[in-house]
Amino acid sequence: MKDIIQQTAGLIPLFPLIGFVIIALLNKRLSKGLTGLIACGALLASFVVALIIFFNLPADGSATEVHIADWITAGTFKASFNFLIDPLSSIFLLIITGVGFLIHVYSVGYMHDDENQNIFFAYLNLFIFFMLMLVMGSSYLLMFVGWEGVGLCSYLLIGFWFKNKSYNDAAKKAFIMNRIGDLGFLIGMLLIFKTFGSTDYKTVFSHANGFFSGDAVITTITLLLFVGAMGKSAQIPLYTWLPDAMAGPTPVSALIHAATMVTAGIYMVARSGVLYALAPTSMFVVGLTGAITLVFAATIALTQNDIKKVLAYSTVSQLGYMFLALGVGAFSSSVFHVMTHAFFKALLFLGAGSVIHGLGGEQDIRKMGGLKSKMPITWITFLIGTLAIAGIPPFSGFFSKDDILAHAYASNKLFWFLGLVGAMMTAFYMFRLYFLVFMGSFRGGDKVHAHESPKIMTVPLMVLAVLSAIGGFVGIPTFLGGSNRIDEFLEPVFSASPIKMFSAETGSSSVSEISLMIVAVIAAVLFISWAYMKYSKNKEVPVPESQKLPAVQNLLYHKYYVDEIYSAVITKPLDRISGFLESIVESRFIDSIVNKTGTFVNWAGGLLRQLQTGNVDFYIFVMVVGVVLMIFFKMM
Amino acid sequence: MQTAILILIPLIAAIAQLFVPRKYGKRFAITASLITFVLCLVTFLQFPTSGDYQYVTNIPWIASLGINFKIGMDGISMLMVLLTTFLVPLIILSVVQSETRTPVFYSLILFMEMALIGVFVSLDGFLFYIFWELALIPIYFICLLWGGEHRVRVTLKFFIYTLAGSLFMLVALVYLYLHTASHTFEIGELYRAGRSLDAPTQGILFLFFFLAFGIKMPVFPLHTWQPDTYTEAPTQGTMLLSGIMLKMGIYGVIRWILPTLPLALSQYGDYAMWLAIIGVIYASIIAITRSDIKRLIAYSSIAHVGLIAAGVFAGNAIGVQGGIIQMLSHGINVVGLFFIVDILQRRTNTRKIGSMGGIRQQAPFFATAFLILTLGAVALPLTDGFVGEFLLINGIYIYKPVMAVVGGFTIILGAVYMFRTYQRTTLGETSVETEKFLDLTPNEKAVLIPLLIMVIVIGIWPNIFLKVSEPAVTKLLSGN
Repeated sequence: MKDIIQQTAGLIPLFPLIGFVIIALLNKRLSKGLTGLIACGALLASFVVALIIFFNLPADGSATEVHIADWITAGTFKASFNFLIDPLSSIFLLIITGVGFLIHVYSVGYMHDDENQNIFFAYLNLFIFFMLMLVMGSSYLLMFVGWEGVGLCSYLLIGFWFKNKSYNDAAKKAFIMNRIGDLGFLIGMLLIFKTFGSTDYKTVFSHANGFFSGDAVITTITLLLFVGAMGKSAQIPLYTWLPDAMAGPTPVSALIHAATMVTAGIYMVARSGVLYALAPTSMFVVGLTGAITLVFAATIALTQNDIKKVLAYSTVSQLGYMFLALGVGAFSSSVFHVMTHAFFKALLFLGAGSVIHGLGGEQDIRKMGGLKSKMPITWITFLIGTLAIAGIPPFSGFFSKDDILAHAYASNKLFWFLGLVGAMMTAFYMFRLYFLVFMGSFRGGDKVHAHESPKIMTVPLMVLAVLSAIGGFVGIPTFLGGSNRIDEFLEPVFSASPIKMFSAETGSSSVSEISLMIVAVIAAVLFISWAYMKYSKNKEVPVPESQKLPAVQNLLYHKYYVDEIYSAVITKPLDRISGFLESIVESRFIDSIVNKTGTFVNWAGGLLRQLQTGNVDFYIFVMVVGVVLMIFFKMM
Repeated sequence: MQTAILILIPLIAAIAQLFVPRKYGKRFAITASLITFVLCLVTFLQFPTSGDYQYVTNIPWIASLGINFKIGMDGISMLMVLLTTFLVPLIILSVVQSETRTPVFYSLILFMEMALIGVFVSLDGFLFYIFWELALIPIYFICLLWGGEHRVRVTLKFFIYTLAGSLFMLVALVYLYLHTASHTFEIGELYRAGRSLDAPTQGILFLFFFLAFGIKMPVFPLHTWQPDTYTEAPTQGTMLLSGIMLKMGIYGVIRWILPTLPLALSQYGDYAMWLAIIGVIYASIIAITRSDIKRLIAYSSIAHVGLIAAGVFAGNAIGVQGGIIQMLSHGINVVGLFFIVDILQRRTNTRKIGSMGGIRQQAPFFATAFLILTLGAVALPLTDGFVGEFLLINGIYIYKPVMAVVGGFTIILGAVYMFRTYQRTTLGETSVETEKFLDLTPNEKAVLIPLLIMVIVIGIWPNIFLKVSEPAVTKLLSGN
């Protein structure tokens, strides 16, 4: 079993890397069709290998480490390209390569008319390569390599249409904001190295057992790592880049900014479960950040009119759920939600892409409506995705969200309550979106002729719809007669923690779990009905830009003005400081001292020059005085 | 023997260059520097895993004063010489056809190469000083004769400033010499003499060496000559200064301060490091709003060098090794970036970032090259910049975490100014200046491609280089 893993694991990131190199080097010399074939083929090959590895995982859930090559050796520091295959990484591998493959296929249709299609695929393949490095690396350093690498690809793809200034600004913002998080990650990693003498998971986790719960060093490490997670996974306060990132082509939003990259933060915390288990403070911070973010982002999503912006804030909110789960120690529930979210959010984004494609680039939901009949496949698949995210049984989102809420209830009632509020808002804004886009009559004018997308785009939608519908069955809780296979599957990874925290299952009785479940479903249905009354029955349409909104709505519509605040508090002062340092400190102070030193030397030289009078009498006089003085001192 | 040959070839070529017909000038210079590089490469590939000086030549020079012409290389010298001989052919190649340069120009570059190699291989304190000053002469003339509008004023300041710094070094070296048992400038004897001194004396020598090396790098607040000089110098001059010459300062710290003045280092190292770290942040913030791209890269260089200095002063193997690998990376990145600036200036007749834009549309190859160099500069993993910066920050962290946290802000600020620059020059809509921007010529590609390859090679296989300097660093830090 382990032999197969040893021999094949390296291939998974290799295929997309080769794809990237070939496409990037040959670029326009390749035909568009061939490029699509190479890019998709690379992903398919990786997916197949990931499947082989998945089915060959050792039954006891133990980890396999695969050595590829040495990387950096300096002094006591040593880092290698080593991969770690265990249940946790193999789930992520399947999600990344599987969903990634579907989105690649979809992109063949979506990007068909773009002149730079080839470069697009090169970037996508490079992204997959780095994402695989992130989850396969067997050390924090390799995770960091993938971490920064996906940030680069995200930058390149957000700004893919590089002639547009605001797209470029969005790309730059994403990169810089991620870098703020990365600094936390980096410092955390250095503290890990200082504490454990290595950044390899194996060494770190085995040594962590020697620490007590609540140890200050471990708490610092985990908090620093979490700063990185906040950046990458768009949590308060580092979330504002994600909605802007929607400037990229829609498949990018689906792949990077919904299904895979943004879940890297969850992977990081889950992977570091052993450390977080020792840091109750950090756990609380993680959970609280998640809980606040999930409500905060959901409120913004209620009022947005750009189809992708709604989905973007929804992603921030759903990521909040995942952190909430991590914070209460429900690591496998969090990973479960990563998986179902990858299915339904990729589906929703690709569906949105199909709508945008069908309407010739329109993204404003006020100019949509009635697309149900014109785009039947997009419609039905989008509906499935909406039901899944709203938490309606038996769709996938129901099981994972419910799992999270049950654990939250057992551990912290406030977190549970915020989670429930978020769920209600999710149901509302998603159905608001659904009704405004697909129901009623078309509001986009006579010139736009909506049409269904080609098969190459709708087939991935259908596959993702099936996954969104049934994906939750791997996690049916035991009290409903299921076996919660995903929990069981991941158990060996998380049970390594010195403190067991995963007792929520036993902490609450199945009776209370069932009642929690019923409450959540009823709440969701109520809010769906409200959305139905408002947007389908009463045919309300959000007001145009020119009209003034009531105060609260206005605040939400403008996203609490957080971007404006950041600009006023950070960006602009930084520019001003820069100007001040250059024009005052640099030229008036430091350089002026340098120049004054020069002037002083000149002046002193001038003084000394006075002595060189050329008058021999004077020289002799000075000499005599000198000799007399010397004799005098000698005699003393 | 190899060491001596590596100094002799450029010296002979520099003299011969003066007699080469003008139209063959560039070709001759490239050939000569390439031969030097190939020889150096062969030496590098055979370099033994040892911390001792290899290929030593020792000829008595001024015997009465204990001065010898003693040269040789340990791993650290080897890498510095490799960097020098790798960059010089590319720097010569970067002269474009239209700017016909006299043979004197190439002769000066080759002479400079000789002096730089000399600095890196000297095993005698006096010889080190001689090469150190010799390197200043050709660059002075290069800047003075081929520089920009304000070249006379700026070059004079640069010359006096660095010369003043090196005089302090000379005093320190002579002081050490007077304290050797047998009055000699032999490097090992000078080390011993330095280590036998008490802490206050070491402190004064530390200050003297720091002035010389700190001005050369330059370290905040001794840096004000640098932006002007880099901006006014001709492209090749800027490349020589930033790519190789500033490494003399860092090399000096590694070669002289670390092994000679351990007591002073533990007492005053903090101050030096804080200055360097402040410089990182200070220069990065200034770079953010620079509109002249050449000046911007100049400030970014102060930031990068500041981090190297801090890591080296941390005095542990990780920091010093990080400093060494980052010297290679910085040399490669900064030479590439100044060449990018040169191309921009020649094509658009301006260096104002604000008047560019949209170049990627016109010149995809240029844009890609610029992007890869930018990634190296912002230390993206799997590029050269990451290995160095990571090891440096790690080394600083081991010494004093708070310094690493402050210095670490370079990864954010670096991204701010580099991506701003990349975006405003290369992305967006074209301007009047850039609408006819031509993509790279074969000659320009020949300069950039080796650099780009090295960006990736160092990023992925840094051990090729790290393992060469590792034994020497260990030996140096153990105080032998």
